[in-house]
Amino acid sequence: MGTLQLEVVTPDKTVVSAQVEMVVCPGVEGEFGVLPQHVSLLSALKIGALRYRAEGKDEYVFISGGFADVNNNVLSVLAESAEQAADIDAARAQAARERAEKRLAEKQEGLDQVRAEAALQRAMTRLQVVQFLG
Amino acid sequence: MPSLKDVKMKIVGVGKTKQITKAMNMVASAKLRGAQARIERFRPYAAKYHDVLAELSRKVEGNAHPLLSEHDEKKNCAIVMITSDRGLCGSFNGNIISAAMKLAKEKAEAGMQVSFSCVGRKGRDAVRASVYEAFSAHADRMGSIDFGLASTVAQEVINGYEAMAYDEVWLVYGEFVSMGHQPPRTLCLLPLSTPGADEAGEEEAQASGEARCEYVYEPEEEKLLAELLPSYVKVQVYRGLLDTSASEHAARMAAMDNATRNCNEMIGMLTLLYNKTRQASITSELIDIVGGAEALNG
Repeated sequence: MGTLQLEVVTPDKTVVSAQVEMVVCPGVEGEFGVLPQHVSLLSALKIGALRYRAEGKDEYVFISGGFADVNNNVLSVLAESAEQAADIDAARAQAARERAEKRLAEKQEGLDQVRAEAALQRAMTRLQVVQFLG
Repeated sequence: MPSLKDVKMKIVGVGKTKQITKAMNMVASAKLRGAQARIERFRPYAAKYHDVLAELSRKVEGNAHPLLSEHDEKKNCAIVMITSDRGLCGSFNGNIISAAMKLAKEKAEAGMQVSFSCVGRKGRDAVRASVYEAFSAHADRMGSIDFGLASTVAQEVINGYEAMAYDEVWLVYGEFVSMGHQPPRTLCLLPLSTPGADEAGEEEAQASGEARCEYVYEPEEEKLLAELLPSYVKVQVYRGLLDTSASEHAARMAAMDNATRNCNEMIGMLTLLYNKTRQASITSELIDIVGGAEALNG
């Protein structure tokens, strides 16, 4: 079986650039897998974990939404932020999660509900990705 | 004629100024390297984004999204101006500010109410001193720009545009062309002109030669566009931030290089003056001694 090129890029850097055997992306309409020679596809992604298999080993990457583009056996993922599981700061994610939960529980006036919920979601997903690793 | 001591002190003073300008030049060049590296790292993201959006916009109608459609009545105009926080970089900020003010004047003459969103202290101060309002200001952030800042700035204008509070949004920033050239750049942010709209014709000509592979979209095109367009505004603002930051450092390097050269010139002139003064004082002392000896010999 062949491989496909996976590129995960954020505005600040290229997080992953590797030949992989399989990728599972967190699409807005459910997870989907991409194998080599996939048909051209453009899909929006939600906050979640992207899984890929390279040299028989599974790796996880945290994605804060964005979109994936498959073309000519290259899968490019564009996200505002993305982190390899090993690079995630678990303590920081935990703190962010507590902060977001507190904010949602207090329901202060002028609270940006959508933003706080997104922050909570990001923190929880980061923690999940870290757990996958462990 | 100034005394010897005065000239000596002046030389020492200019020498110290030279040390400072030289140090600032070196700091700016180090920061410029960092800023240029960030632009390089951002390039793949921006390029890919451009490609994807161009591909997608070929598939959908022109007015498929509120950010793409022009407002019928044009009453309010927002200008996002990106400048640096600090001066001592030549006419860099002045150029951006005057470009923005010129634009504001044009829009005001066309009967629009103009308001500003400023990133960078210099721009904010200039707007405060002008007749225009600033609805948002982010000062002292140019040293620590990130995508979050671009996101905040862009979101404000996107919300305003969708709520019909603004009918046009412009972006003014310092484009980084080369080390020696950083002109102010004016760009229409909203309504968005889809990338690739102008080059679509020629690309299509290419495409007819080779069979284009059909894309699968998930979710459908319109929804996808609704996700992508706001981010595209952010990408453009972020690009403006990165460019301005690199341009600022390049402009400062040039300005400080100039200042160092001027210091050298000034030290040269002062040293000449110092030597002349010293010779003059020696000569006059000699005349005194010789005159005294002559008098004794009688």
